Amino acid sequence: MLAMKHKDEAEIIDSADRKIISATQQGLPLTLNPYHVVAQEVGMDVKEVIQRIKNMTESGVIRRTGIVPNHYKLGFTANGMSVWNVPEFKIMQLGEKIGALDFVSHCYQRPRFLPQWPYNLFAMVHGRSKGEVLEKVQSIAKLLGQDNICHQVLFSSRILKKTGLRI
Amino acid sequence: MKLHQHDKKIINHLQGGFPVSENPWSELQISLDIPAEEIIHRIEKMKAAGIISRFGPMYDAAKMGGGLTLAAMKVDDCNFENVAEIVNSFPQVAHNYAREHEFNMWFVIATELPEQVDEVIEKIQSKTGLKVYNMPKQQEFFLGLKFKV
Repeated sequence: MLAMKHKDEAEIIDSADRKIISATQQGLPLTLNPYHVVAQEVGMDVKEVIQRIKNMTESGVIRRTGIVPNHYKLGFTANGMSVWNVPEFKIMQLGEKIGALDFVSHCYQRPRFLPQWPYNLFAMVHGRSKGEVLEKVQSIAKLLGQDNICHQVLFSSRILKKTGLRI
Repeated sequence: MKLHQHDKKIINHLQGGFPVSENPWSELQISLDIPAEEIIHRIEKMKAAGIISRFGPMYDAAKMGGGLTLAAMKVDDCNFENVAEIVNSFPQVAHNYAREHEFNMWFVIATELPEQVDEVIEKIQSKTGLKVYNMPKQQEFFLGLKFKV
């Protein structure tokens, strides 16, 4: 488990939350009453468990609760990291627009390293083929119009390491 | 495994969210028009087949007090495997991808404490003699995965 260091972060989750986190790290049990099972495991009332999960969702500790499909198995075998150089002052508006596209899984603002790396907006694009990814990147370019100063797509050629994020 | 119409319905719907309530399935069986037992059984089967990789809350490691960043390096082809080995030897390096670009090595660093990210980067730089470009997210525009099937 993570040690808490900063005050503001320490206020976000407490030891009871951490019990719930560790009980659900592998996911929820597939039973008719999953939250009751978790409640029993952590020794809390089910109402409290549900409230805490809701609070953690509100504070962003939980992104969402649901299923994560394996996109490779669903046929989305190609992915390209598209990187965009867009005007910094418009980034909120543009990022939200691109993040909302259904073929973009992650969209982030990241720092530039000028002059070598002018790209400040990253969008991971998924498709059933490299061609489909490129088509979708084109549609982002269209959407951005003049706000797209320049862009590139980086395809992954090899996975060098892949482990689950430990939390 | 061939996906049944109901499997597809479940995947499309539950990516958006699973109810956080005392009777989550009763809400779901109404919106999906599939009996709860069948939904559970289908999720079980899809999990076993690797089509669903997770069911439950998804945590944001960075929000829990840890450090998280994306880093990139420019590595010469003839040196690539050696550098990959050094980078991968750090337990804090969670994923590492080769990408077709001058910046050809991209990896995620996840640490228990935020300040440890810089320590790991410095160690990688001194062990490889190469510059590590640290690109932490400054803003997230994340609306969740939505793979329609």
